[in-house]
Amino acid sequence: MKIHEYQGKQLFQQFGVNVLENRVARTPEEAAAAFTELGGAIAVVKSQIHAGGRGKGTFIENSEQHGVQLVKSADEAREAAAGMLGNRLVTIQTGPAGKTVNQVIVEAGCDIARELYLGIVLDRANKQPVLMCSQEGGVEIEKVAHETPEKIFKEHFDPAQGIESYQVRKLCKKLGIEGKTVRAADKFMKALCRLYVDTDCSLMEINPLVVTGDGGLVALDAKINFDSNAAFRHKDWEEMRDLSEEEESEVRASAAGLSYVKLEGNIGCLVNGAGLAMSTMDIIKTHGGQPANFLDVGGGANADQVTEAFRIILSDPNVKAVLVNIFGGIMKCTTIAEAIVVAAKSVGFTVPLVVRLEGTEVEEGRRILEESDVELVTATDLGDAAEKVVATLS
Amino acid sequence: MSILINKDTKVICQGITGKVGEFHTRGCLDYGTQMVGGVTPGKAGQTVAGLPVFDTVEEARLQTGANATMIFVPPPFAADAILEAIDAGIEVVIAVTEGVPVIDMVRVYDAAKKSNSVLVGPNCPGVITADECKIGIMPGYIHQKGCVGIMSRSGTLTYEAVWQTSSLGLGQTTCVGLGGDPIVGTSFIDCLQMFQDDDETEAILMMGEIGGTAEEEAAAYVQEHITKPVAAFIAGRTAPPGKRMGHAGAIISGGKGTAAEKIKALEAAGIEVAKSPADMGAAMKRAIEKAN
Repeated sequence: MKIHEYQGKQLFQQFGVNVLENRVARTPEEAAAAFTELGGAIAVVKSQIHAGGRGKGTFIENSEQHGVQLVKSADEAREAAAGMLGNRLVTIQTGPAGKTVNQVIVEAGCDIARELYLGIVLDRANKQPVLMCSQEGGVEIEKVAHETPEKIFKEHFDPAQGIESYQVRKLCKKLGIEGKTVRAADKFMKALCRLYVDTDCSLMEINPLVVTGDGGLVALDAKINFDSNAAFRHKDWEEMRDLSEEEESEVRASAAGLSYVKLEGNIGCLVNGAGLAMSTMDIIKTHGGQPANFLDVGGGANADQVTEAFRIILSDPNVKAVLVNIFGGIMKCTTIAEAIVVAAKSVGFTVPLVVRLEGTEVEEGRRILEESDVELVTATDLGDAAEKVVATLS
Repeated sequence: MSILINKDTKVICQGITGKVGEFHTRGCLDYGTQMVGGVTPGKAGQTVAGLPVFDTVEEARLQTGANATMIFVPPPFAADAILEAIDAGIEVVIAVTEGVPVIDMVRVYDAAKKSNSVLVGPNCPGVITADECKIGIMPGYIHQKGCVGIMSRSGTLTYEAVWQTSSLGLGQTTCVGLGGDPIVGTSFIDCLQMFQDDDETEAILMMGEIGGTAEEEAAAYVQEHITKPVAAFIAGRTAPPGKRMGHAGAIISGGKGTAAEKIKALEAAGIEVAKSPADMGAAMKRAIEKAN
């Protein structure tokens, strides 16, 4: 789960991580008032969307307006906010459709001496969280990692202990941080590691992390993703969730306990199991088709969930055919067969349907489908199913 | 022989009084697994599926002689249940539970590595040695005693591979569901070595997926240490970056963990990579024929 920069910065403040003073604004007037309230000679108006690259990004409605803008008066703040709010910002991470900006922050200016990068992620190979830093702040860190991995410095840490002071000193040495900034870094990095663990982050990034003219450290940005598995112990996440940032069909699927990801193709897929669902997408592509979605109904789905799954798939106007691929384990083929019959009646299939069933109660499941009047093509195995569903489109 | 579990393995179920725990305890009993009891704190004295329920794993082990456990405890309590099993000295700990927070698994993984227990999972279908012992949720009847050792990050995709190897008459020794989470107790490498050391296993089939670098590490290990024929399949060639594809661990992040990278590493290590999920059994057969 992703949250906005302003929410991330609120968490930073709670954990004692330095951020600049800022105000959230949802109208141009609020932005102007925020500028006055901050009281400085300059401020920065920043679009709040769940995607990076905002500074370079521009708006569909106005290609002159960037997602982040420096302003020098309340009027300029109002104007900048007016150019952002309600408009769609396109960045390297949003795709061509962009994302609508519903709120901005107005943030105080700061005396920047250096820009660094800091991130914490799980190192899956080492089975520990790792704090990563680089002198290459403010730029695309993926590019640095790819082209010059030696410019990224790493220290692993035990979640219970957090990062140790000697590890911070090692990183400071490599980053060229000296004097009282080392003490600031000790407090700063320890707080971030504690935040990462205590709030169940799956990713935390500050790009740029700024060394100020007087030797302090400030998080100029805040990117935080949470580990969805830990939602049960963070009741505040529901409030922080911004549904307008998520694909509507994906929100609907998650409410029904289904795992769904919308894609660009035209063959809808309904599969049980994540690995099999990915493989089904792959084999459709191998046979020259394009999958419209990833959908895992899970192991214990009931008829209602499967019916809802069909509704979600068919609500995508791009879908021109549907492939059902079930290898029954816990999931019984009869459940799927019954759901297909129900869905055909209540949802109505307007596109060709190819069904491949195997596993638990397969004979009975096939019989249910044969005896119903649902129009469908049956397939014997995965390859056959993919071939047949692609053939329905030609 | 086989790996991890066999006909002599004595199994308890942690979370046996829950609906899912009871259902699969019965499924394992039907397959012929020596289920000997269950654990649910506060429910000692009850019986489920004819088996005694204990309050603690330690007690269950002392009373029944169990040396393996299958865990269906819900995510908020799963890490604790795994740690309890490790502390009680259970040799094979199989965690089926899906949805364990990753930070919990950092701690649990560390505890498992420092112990004599082998942890499989979490978020896995379990482990099965054909015709001998099933611990988990897989449909037993598709398995057939044979020569292929199977290991996988996915559940139903494993069934598909089992089905294909059974249909081709190869059969399986042991199938290990490693689990779909970013941190799991047993890796491809751990399993590869066990299969290499197992006399009955003549060939190894692995199913990987996008996310992480476990497949790349496995490829390097195969090249160095494995003499038996190995085939592989990687799911997720069409998966978009930055999106979690069902499994918590199946995500391409920062441009890393793509199927293309993994397939390249596997092929470079001389592993026969299946062209499609319909080709897994056939790929195993090709690898075996090439080796002979």
